Amino acid sequence: MISLNKENILLLLSQIPDPEIPVITITELGVIRDVLFNADEIEIKITPTYSGCPAMKQMEDDIKSTLKKNGFEKIKLTTVYSPPWTTDWLSAEAKEKLRAYGIAPPEHSTQDKSWLSGKHKTVHCPRCKSSHTKLISQFGSTACKALYQCKDCLEPFDYFKCI
Amino acid sequence: MNKELFKYTLRLADNALVLGQRLSEWTGHGPFLEEDLALTNIALDTFGTATSLLEYASRVEGADRNEDSLAYFRNEREFYNTLLVEQANGDYAKTIVRQVLVDAFNVLLYTELSKSKDETLSGIAQKAIKEVTYHYRHTSSWVIRFGDGTEESNKKAQEALNELWRFTGELFEMDEVEEELIKKGIAVDLKALQPKWEKQIDELLKKAILKKPENSFMQTGGKKGIHTEHLGFLLAEMQTLPRMLPNAKW
Ligand SMILES: [Zn+2]
Repeated sequence: MISLNKENILLLLSQIPDPEIPVITITELGVIRDVLFNADEIEIKITPTYSGCPAMKQMEDDIKSTLKKNGFEKIKLTTVYSPPWTTDWLSAEAKEKLRAYGIAPPEHSTQDKSWLSGKHKTVHCPRCKSSHTKLISQFGSTACKALYQCKDCLEPFDYFKCI
Repeated sequence: MNKELFKYTLRLADNALVLGQRLSEWTGHGPFLEEDLALTNIALDTFGTATSLLEYASRVEGADRNEDSLAYFRNEREFYNTLLVEQANGDYAKTIVRQVLVDAFNVLLYTELSKSKDETLSGIAQKAIKEVTYHYRHTSSWVIRFGDGTEESNKKAQEALNELWRFTGELFEMDEVEEELIKKGIAVDLKALQPKWEKQIDELLKKAILKKPENSFMQTGGKKGIHTEHLGFLLAEMQTLPRMLPNAKW
């Protein structure tokens, strides 16, 4: 049995892939906000990426089954909303994994609000790195993505939106 | 139970739930694939906010109802959404015009609600504001495309605006529920949002070469549970399955 401390629990959780983008883990995604040890249970605080993200339920099930497999029976999952999830929490390493997988990672910090008012930012093609790309659709295959196309290599690609 | 907080949270939740249900009617019927995806995604975000709010309402109530029972086992007169969000989809211009009026309102509403002294409402609002801002960006660009497009698209957007305008006054209506909670720093002062909303809509309509309708008679009642003929049909479709099979799990 693995000893009860936060690092060990986080280590277990860091082996769980994101259900929709399996090249990054749920800890890299930043949805795990805290691990607490209550009287007889482990409490995992999670935050949703998007309010209605259908993958959250899958992540909750994966967290429970992973911990149970490692001998932890009493698990409580609590959803926290504040501070709200942001793509700023994705590490440089996680962003590189997204790019290698064919998803253009978020290009800028959300501290820069100009995109909200419609200012277009350059998004680089994850395949040929060209900056010569165009927005096809503001909404993509999942809540977190928009659809772009590269004007040089002509490949369409998903862009992980900055929020 | 804090009765005002329960009702206030339900009103917020019902606006999101009913609008999400309306938008989801477009799933598989969008004018083209990208717009089908857009409305489905907007519906999904909206349902997410509704779920968080209904879950909180059930905790505030402290009875044996959870978010699902609040969504599926309340009748029409127990829904407190504004009349605007229950209006039928109509054509694509009407859906987009309805949505832009609500999105512009929601950006302002959630910005203020994120400062609420109620931590849960503030947290849900902080989350929602990012999403509704993105929605507004999308729907406002469509309003401009319709208004400043062809004669036909301008006509359809203008007709939708003329038809829906009479439901916009209710967005800013307040009663003792809000007044009580404003004193406690929990609720948003909707009256204070109105000039900001009007300014934003004015600017958008100018860009879209659409005419702002007269502020004449405003329809009201939704916040008190008195609805237009549309809500009953919407609920019938939304609630039929859980009512036929109340303990179904999937
Ligand atoms: Zn390329």
